[in-house]
Amino acid sequence: MNLKLKVWRQPSQEAAGKFEIYDIESVSEDSSFLEMLDILNERLLEKGEGPVHFDHDCREGICGMCSLTIDGIPHGPERATTACQLHMRHFKDGDTITIEPWRAKPFPVVKDLVVDRTAFERIIQSGGYVSVNTGAAPDGNAIPIPKKDADFAMDAAACIGCGACVAACPNASAMLFTSAKASQLNTLPQGRPEKDRRTLAMVSTMDAEGFGNCTNYGECEAVCPKEIKLDMIAKLNRDFAVASVKNLFGKAG
Amino acid sequence: MKLDSKIPSGPIQDKWSNHKFSSKLVNPANKRKYNVIVVGSGLAGGAAAATLGELGYNVRCFCYQDSPRRAHSIAAQGGINAAKNYQNDGDSVYRLFYDTVKGGDFRAREANVHRLAEVSNSIIDQCVAQGVPFAREYGGTLDNRSFGGAQVSRTFYARGQTGQQLLLGAYSALSRQIATGQVKMYNRHEMLDVVVEDGRAVGITTRNMVTGDVESWAADAVLLATGGYSNVYFLSTNAAGCNVTAAYRAYKKGAGFANPCYTQIHPTCIPVHGDQQSKLTLMSESLRNDGRVWVPKKAEDVGKDPNSIPEEDRDYYLERKYPSFGNLAPRDISSRSAKEACDDGRGVGPKVGDQRNGVYLDFRDSINRLGKDKIAERYGNLFDMYERITAENAYERPMRIFPALHYTMGGLWVDYNLQTTIPGLFALGECNFSDHGGNRLGASALMQGLADGYFVIPYTLGNYLGNIPVGEAGKHNPDSPAFRASKEMVKAHNDRLLHIKGKRTARSFHKELGHIMWEYAGMARNAAGLQKAIGMISQLRAEFWSDVFVPGSEAELNNELERAARVADFLEFGELLCRDALDRDESCGGHFREEHQTADGEAVRDDENFCNVSVWEHKGDKEAPVKHIEPLEFDNVKLTVRSYK
Repeated sequence: MNLKLKVWRQPSQEAAGKFEIYDIESVSEDSSFLEMLDILNERLLEKGEGPVHFDHDCREGICGMCSLTIDGIPHGPERATTACQLHMRHFKDGDTITIEPWRAKPFPVVKDLVVDRTAFERIIQSGGYVSVNTGAAPDGNAIPIPKKDADFAMDAAACIGCGACVAACPNASAMLFTSAKASQLNTLPQGRPEKDRRTLAMVSTMDAEGFGNCTNYGECEAVCPKEIKLDMIAKLNRDFAVASVKNLFGKAG
Repeated sequence: MKLDSKIPSGPIQDKWSNHKFSSKLVNPANKRKYNVIVVGSGLAGGAAAATLGELGYNVRCFCYQDSPRRAHSIAAQGGINAAKNYQNDGDSVYRLFYDTVKGGDFRAREANVHRLAEVSNSIIDQCVAQGVPFAREYGGTLDNRSFGGAQVSRTFYARGQTGQQLLLGAYSALSRQIATGQVKMYNRHEMLDVVVEDGRAVGITTRNMVTGDVESWAADAVLLATGGYSNVYFLSTNAAGCNVTAAYRAYKKGAGFANPCYTQIHPTCIPVHGDQQSKLTLMSESLRNDGRVWVPKKAEDVGKDPNSIPEEDRDYYLERKYPSFGNLAPRDISSRSAKEACDDGRGVGPKVGDQRNGVYLDFRDSINRLGKDKIAERYGNLFDMYERITAENAYERPMRIFPALHYTMGGLWVDYNLQTTIPGLFALGECNFSDHGGNRLGASALMQGLADGYFVIPYTLGNYLGNIPVGEAGKHNPDSPAFRASKEMVKAHNDRLLHIKGKRTARSFHKELGHIMWEYAGMARNAAGLQKAIGMISQLRAEFWSDVFVPGSEAELNNELERAARVADFLEFGELLCRDALDRDESCGGHFREEHQTADGEAVRDDENFCNVSVWEHKGDKEAPVKHIEPLEFDNVKLTVRSYK
């Protein structure tokens, strides 16, 4: 298939960016979206031009590194699919495709389509863990966990930290990401001793990093490649309310 | 190069306990005086950095991705083994040890494997405590599944995302240490050299991938946890960024490289679709618990709708050839059987080149027996992934699968302490060679990565550091001549790549190398082919250095410079792999030499001459590498012909 690509080019964080138009021919419909960009880059290099920079690694939808907004939608038009797992058969011959980086203030552009997502790291560092040193663990079966709790924790833990939720949100809110990690740990007995502390710390870091508030647009859920549900945000709001009240009385765990 | 494996004395069950007791300790107040560098943030590196931080060492951890959470361990799907025997089905530490030694085709070091089996149970406990959401039974206890090469159910899993969940567990522990300042994390940094001073590893040189700054970092010990080298084949299931550079540059600085020819071809990957493909995708081996592998009996049926082919015209070849293990035969055996069927003209799916390279993995019988919902619960995400890539529905039509490069058992040679032949340089996880011999069993990579990181290196590193006087700790100077020379070498190498200004892209060289490797050093190898490959690679390398085109400059984010530097190392390493494959004149595990097989195509080992580890020493760019031998002794598991019939 033959396509017209409108690609965001920006040499560095400080420089101004703009769209460039590229024509690309004979792309196999079995190719993935990133393979299509590989082909574009090979052709640019053959002409002695600089390739389009984009983040990618595992190319099987699990590492969370790829971060392309395709025709205005983070990760593109297919539901529950990362850009690396999006295949060209979902486009038509002759289409014009617009490719941009994540657009969100806490994710500055590094170059072209590459953004800096280290704000997510700091949210996890503020409380996205259970404080247990290596070697301090009891037997794995010592605490039975109801299957439904384990399953719910797994639903939450499926988050790949790609940041599509932030890119899709008109407020650039990171609530879906933050709530997924907090809900996983707050649900499991192993994470409960630090539940209040964790919730308060992660929410305050999220605010300090400049992510906006959640006003229930639901765009995050719609674009999430791992189908993390808004229920996680509801749970975080509940956990946050409880922790805040307990904190008021000096009783937060 | 002297190889001293430092295997502790005593009965196999007591070696690790005795060794831990006789190891030196660093007193808690002194630990903060020692600096440790960890390169890589996957299961081995992430677990090591977190644990060493908890112990109080000053740790610097480096990764090339934008976050330590993205390391390729994340892509492991199926599970992690442990000898818990929660299923009451006859498992034990000794049986896990035995299965792993046998599965490795008697080319692993017994003492290391036993230690791995011993610590396996602690790994599960640790991960549960971190909040890893393993699959559970209704009673709230942990669930298990079975995997290839074992007749017990000892594999713990978190849906089809076990690697992700274990890595996120290690990442959370690492994040906690980063928050305390005990670990300093350097994302988007690529290690390009090991600094050696007075015969010891004392630091590394990195390139900041965003600014292009080349910097050196000093430490009392350097840990490499930089993964495997499957991408030397261009197409593999590894992440696009996985590379051999860190391990290979350590080799060039004097670390011995062991058994580079031991590569694992995973039997259940999605077949190649065409020449625009950039990577292959694995379908978890756990699918073989419920899927039956077959091809048509008759070559004329290969183009037919598989559902229209009656039972009597299907060849369930694994069940036929290996009745006691059936579809769960080990990976090397399953892969070769698939290749045989396709070479026999009975492969299915589209023709790529002149052959159909695919076999069916059919869930029809399991869906009839258990219902579609049960299958969806077990493998739903894998079926979805398959459909996204192939546009076919595996609930209604058998999956098509074919073997692909997946894991590399070879790696930097390490002694029992995980120390390479350079004192102070350690190698953990897939980047070392020690535990899997000629073939790795399913669900054992996650086990080894975490074992090395959480439970082995914290002890063995303490022993090394304990021998450095406290007064000398943390004293290496990153401005000393060794560091300056390392920085200059890295800069000159990158500069050279940028100034060739040729006509071909680094990717085109990588692809061509991959074709050579797959053709001559893939699933089946022979002497003539390997010799030919060595010549072709050397020619390709010469062409690379005169005709590669790398745009841009050093001082910016420059993907092509990164790629070219990695491809340059693959172009040297590929030759080393072929040399090793040529030298190892026997078939064992994933290394199948066509000259050494039985009449019905089974691998024939040569224990007389090759019951050993081949360790290669770099002798300079113009000289051939020299081979050294570590003999392997089997005191506990009797050397037998590996049979899964």
